[in-house]
Parts: sequence; structure tokens; C-alpha cells
Amino acid sequence: MDEPALDPSKPSLHQLGPAAPPRRNGELVFEAPWESRLFGLTLALCQGGHFEWEEFRLLLIAEIGAFDAAGLEPGAWSYYACWRAALERALVSKGILGPLEVEARARLLGARAPGHDHHHGDER
Amino acid sequence: MSGERDQGGRPDLALRVEALESLLAEKGFLDPAQVDAIVRHYEEDVGPMNGARVVARAWVDPAYKARLLADGTAAIAELGFGGPQGESMVVLENTPAVHNVVVCTLCSCYPWPVLGLPPAWYKSPAYRSRIVREPRAVLRELGLELPPQVEVRVWDSSSEVRYLVLPERPTGSERLSEEALRSLVTRDAMIGVAKARSPAEPTRG
Repeated sequence: MDEPALDPSKPSLHQLGPAAPPRRNGELVFEAPWESRLFGLTLALCQGGHFEWEEFRLLLIAEIGAFDAAGLEPGAWSYYACWRAALERALVSKGILGPLEVEARARLLGARAPGHDHHHGDER
Repeated sequence: MSGERDQGGRPDLALRVEALESLLAEKGFLDPAQVDAIVRHYEEDVGPMNGARVVARAWVDPAYKARLLADGTAAIAELGFGGPQGESMVVLENTPAVHNVVVCTLCSCYPWPVLGLPPAWYKSPAYRSRIVREPRAVLRELGLELPPQVEVRVWDSSSEVRYLVLPERPTGSERLSEEALRSLVTRDAMIGVAKARSPAEPTRG
């Protein structure tokens, strides 16, 4: 299991003491950059009035409930994977995105050459 | 850690989020600079140090504590904290007889303005399902052994209400300043899965 908090044989992340990952405000907030982008863009969309937080929360509850009901192994759990699915549902239901649009764009992005985002200033 | 898993096992999630952001920016629904600002705010400015200020003030100022327990949202706003997920705050006082602990069984509702964003274990299926069924066992696993005579109350934040636990002021802290008291207040103590630090304990990083 990725998050060992409730496994008594292992220290949980927040109890690691000096070995704990760096955190600016005493918290490990996001485990990967895509999680923080996802969080930030969801809030930005709410602030922009494109949907209500409560609408999103109900979709998130549904996604988490579906995960819980599927009875998968604990290692399969990803909170922000549920969040991602809920946000896409919200955007599609509002007509902001087409149902296949994200998938198609992700495939395009995935086909980029390795190192596409690794530019050096002096390259020509 | 999850880094390997995200890169090796599920590259599609990072790509899908990148795809989402680029599409939304192109369509004019989103400004990536606004996303940057929100992320920076929650990573750096908002966190349990805000809640610790609330708790330490309540420990030294009985009138503030009374206001905090009567109307959490207003008393927390007195210290300058508020915003999304903090619109309807209820503060639960721990006593020698009653221990409060908070969960969101359906998702991950959490008082962002005072505690920041929830830790991974708070969002885990194990914590969400088990803390209601067997709170004493879960608290024990998290390192908190409560005497049998202490009543445990579990609060489910699945409505619009967000809870903050006011932990007991540790013995031996009577002569500490308000500022020094803040360092005894941990995020876990304000969720109710731990007690406040004892002044004798060395402070961890």
C-alpha cells in the first residue's frame, strides 16, 4: 500500500520526523505535480464561476464511492485519480469539454518526442 | 513513494491533467497563472499553522475560547482566517472526559483555511471507513491510546459543516507564551487523532 498510515507496523508519512519530505508549511500536500495542477485548476474554474464547488463535490463523492465499492486492492487507491475523473465529468456535463476531447489531447501529448520539454537557452 | 508509480504505472494521469489544462486555457476558461497562484497559496500560505494560532489563542484567552466554541467561523475570522471550505466552522473541545475526532466518510471535506489541505491518510478508504466503526482501534494504530472511561465522539464532515478539534492544553505548558504554545499544536491534534505535544517533547521538523 502506498500510504501506510493505518499499518501499525510502519510509521506513517506524517510521523517520519527528520526523514520526512520537505514541506513549506508543515504539510506534505501533493505527491506529484499533476495533483497540484489538478487541484489548482479545479479551484480556478470554481472561482471563475464555471461550476459550483458543491456540484463538483457530489461528483467526487460518486467517484470515491465507486472506487470503494469496486473492492480493489489498497495500492490501487488514488484520491486525485478520483478527483480527475470527477472534474472531467463536471466539465463534460457543462458542455465545456467534449467527452473524447481530453483523451485525444492526452494521446497527442503522449506522442511527443522524449525531452520535448527540456530546452536549453543556447540551443538553435 | 508514489513518484515511481506515477511515472511507471500510470503515466496517463499526468498527461490527462496536462491535456485538461491546455484545453481549458485554449478555450479561455482558465488562466494558467491563476492556477500557479492558487497552488502556491495552498502549498505555502495555508496550513495547520493557522489552526495552531486559533488553538493557542483559545488556550490563553478564555473569552476568545467562549466565542470560538459559540461561533467558530466568526472567531476564526477574528484572526484573519477564512475562505473556501471554512464558511461554516464548528469547534469541538476535547476534555479529560470527551475526545473528539473528525472524518469525512464520503470524500475528504476538511477545513482548508485553518488546516490546509488534508493529508493522504485522511483521504484513504481505510481511515474513512474504519474511524467510525472502530475509533479506538484506529486511534491506537495512529499512536493515541485513550483510557476506556474517555468517551470518543466521531464527527463526519459530510455536510457543509467543517470541524476543528480544540485539543486539551498540555500539562506543563502553564508558563509558556502564546507563541510558544503554537508549536505544541499539531495538525493531527486538530483532527483529533493525537493530543497536543507536551512541552517536554522535542519538536520535530
